[in-house]
Amino acid sequence: MSVPERLTSLVGALRSHGIRIGTGETVDAAQAVQALGLADRELLREGLAATLLHGTSQRPVFDPVFDLYFPRGVGAPDGEPADRDDLRDRLAAALAANDEAMMARLAVEAVDGFGGYGSSPASDGWSSHQTLDRLRPQTLLARIRDTIRAQGGSSGFTDRLLEDEIRRRIEAFRALVAAEARRRVAERRGTDEIARRAVAPTPDRVDFLFAGKAQLAELRRTVQPLARKLATRLAARRRRATRGSIDLRRTVRGSLSTGGVPMRPVLRRRRPARPELVLLCDVSGSVSGFSDFTMLLVQALHDQFSKVRVFAFVNRIDEVTGLLVHGTADPEGLGARIRAEATLTGWHGSSDYGVALGEFAERYGEAIGPRSTVFVLGDARTNMSDPNLAAVRQITERARRVYWLNPEGRSQWGTGDSAAPAYAELVEMHECRTARQLSALVGRLLPI
Amino acid sequence: MLFTSVDDVSARLAATGYLASPAVATTVFLADRLGKPLLVEGPAGVGKTELAKAVAEVAGARLVRLQCYEGVDEARALYEWNHAKQLLRISAGRDESWDEARTDIFSEEFLLPRPLLTAIRGDDPKVLLIDETDKADVEVEGLLLEVLSDFQVTVPELGTITASRRPFVVLTSNASRELSEALRRRCLFLHIGFPDEQLERRIVRLKVPGLDAALAESVVRVVGALRAMDLRKVPSVAETIDWARTLLALGADTLDESVVRDTLGVLLKHQDDVLKAEAKLDLDAL
Ligand SMILES: Nc1ncnc2c1ncn2[C@@H]1O[C@H](COP(=O)(O)OP(=O)(O)O)[C@@H](O)[C@H]1O
Ligand SMILES: [Mg+2]
Repeated sequence: MSVPERLTSLVGALRSHGIRIGTGETVDAAQAVQALGLADRELLREGLAATLLHGTSQRPVFDPVFDLYFPRGVGAPDGEPADRDDLRDRLAAALAANDEAMMARLAVEAVDGFGGYGSSPASDGWSSHQTLDRLRPQTLLARIRDTIRAQGGSSGFTDRLLEDEIRRRIEAFRALVAAEARRRVAERRGTDEIARRAVAPTPDRVDFLFAGKAQLAELRRTVQPLARKLATRLAARRRRATRGSIDLRRTVRGSLSTGGVPMRPVLRRRRPARPELVLLCDVSGSVSGFSDFTMLLVQALHDQFSKVRVFAFVNRIDEVTGLLVHGTADPEGLGARIRAEATLTGWHGSSDYGVALGEFAERYGEAIGPRSTVFVLGDARTNMSDPNLAAVRQITERARRVYWLNPEGRSQWGTGDSAAPAYAELVEMHECRTARQLSALVGRLLPI
Repeated sequence: MLFTSVDDVSARLAATGYLASPAVATTVFLADRLGKPLLVEGPAGVGKTELAKAVAEVAGARLVRLQCYEGVDEARALYEWNHAKQLLRISAGRDESWDEARTDIFSEEFLLPRPLLTAIRGDDPKVLLIDETDKADVEVEGLLLEVLSDFQVTVPELGTITASRRPFVVLTSNASRELSEALRRRCLFLHIGFPDEQLERRIVRLKVPGLDAALAESVVRVVGALRAMDLRKVPSVAETIDWARTLLALGADTLDESVVRDTLGVLLKHQDDVLKAEAKLDLDAL
């Protein structure tokens, strides 16, 4: 592949991951390549990132894609395939010395020697998992620690930091192995395909319903920064909404300093009472990742509202506002605590929207008043039981606004036991599959 | 063109006391080559503001700084008419028609240029630092976008002022708010995170020259460990330097439990972070 081809393919792969790159940026990137030359791969990486990216969150997607289109090497490494013990010895030495260049070279050898699977002579595929499983770098920890101590590289107070430092180096080596395996696979199966399929999306684009444990944990770490962004967005909306009318009294008072000439009109600032928010969250297994995340986000935004009340349900409903307030200290454990401490199920363990919503209207109807905005979170899959539209109607009559956020794709609404279309007739329902969609919706729909 | 190569950027910034990572040096080099504004994002205290100052020093350019804050407006950012002076001029009441008076009071003499206008006027080299852009309101972004697109400013009463020499522009942001896509597109993007251990050691040695090399290494390792903890606010480079200075002032030549415990407040600003760090660093085991 020529360099311009590489560049356009790289841009194509980044776009397929949702990174918006215009032709202007592509031209800049080409100029960057020209100005920097190809001799130093790391400078090239930084130059392309500077010209093509617009935000920090895009970098974890960019780096592995860059590694595929501008690989460190081509094909298999030279020389004899590595012997396991020998490789482990050299890896231990590199990790002890924190020699990153050597670690990268050893990752290449490791995948070549232990990552291949299948029957053909040149291997059918390459697996980082298999490589690491055979090499077991984590078992080198004690040995590396002792080497460093013996060389006098760690003593006194900081010796207590040593093991964690080594663990982080081993983590870095694992990432190098993953990158190398991807490169080898791409050589067999085509770079374009691997760059699109084998590179993880940014956390805000992961589908809530398909996110794994690690991805959900990563997502939870974005709650605070996301809340900060949303709070400023809400503040801006609030400012826009209250701007306009001139406060005559303050304008005249202000004009005294300019000899009575009203140079600066003073705008009136209305101070409307902050709105109230009520959340009804389906926390059954299938959608709990989505509701946990949304609850944490709302809790992080709580000072935007005069009141926030949160209710959780599976087939019975219970208030969990208190659990949430204390839950910010331990967001990991929030979902488990809600399921342990609240009464969410009756006879059976599966979702029943009809019963839960009915119970809400009956027991907690007073929670909703003309100043409240209600968000219902859930997939509206009601296991074939009665959706209880009357209860929903009751809620919409009392509240100022009711919105429903559904973590399923719109095309799934109404399939199987989904009562989404029926509910969507009564309340405004939005597809909300990813954190990105959620933040756009929250920024737009939250009352100010 | 200010720089001949990426190495040239590194070397000349280092000469002013700014130690650039390869990413920083590469992006500064490209911003100069491509003539585009540089948007620098990253946590507080990693040297974003300092970078702009260092570039100005290297370039022998004047640093023009627009410090953003909530409520900063056109009058603070671009220009303002000197109302008081205009009023005085009018009340001085010379014998003249209103038209004459108006032409007079809307002339350069009564104009108060603010940073954005200052940066595009005149032929001397300038570095325009738009600091903490995320603190400004969204409306100001529109203004920045206009100025950074054409490097010209229209003052209705005076006409259009176009830069005869474009300034080197650095915008910084702590990412407390997402800047608009349009503004980002105008810029080269640079994220400055925490430096790697080696670079941070060099920064500490440079900024706190009296500090023993082994102690500098320990300092950086402890800071690295704190950054790996799940804290409300992890220490930045600025705090590393402060801590190193504190240790030097205390005459500590190595770290031990009591020195670290007594000085942890320099690194961590929240009490619950301090407690967490004390537990994880085994400082409470005495
Ligand atoms: N790479 C670096 N080289 C030299 N000094 C640095 C570097 N990074 C940070 N510093 C120092 O850290 C402190 C904070 O830098 P500053 O530019 O104010 O941070 P920011 O603008 O990112 O909040 C300054 O004293 C600066 O000298
Ligand atoms: Mg700053």
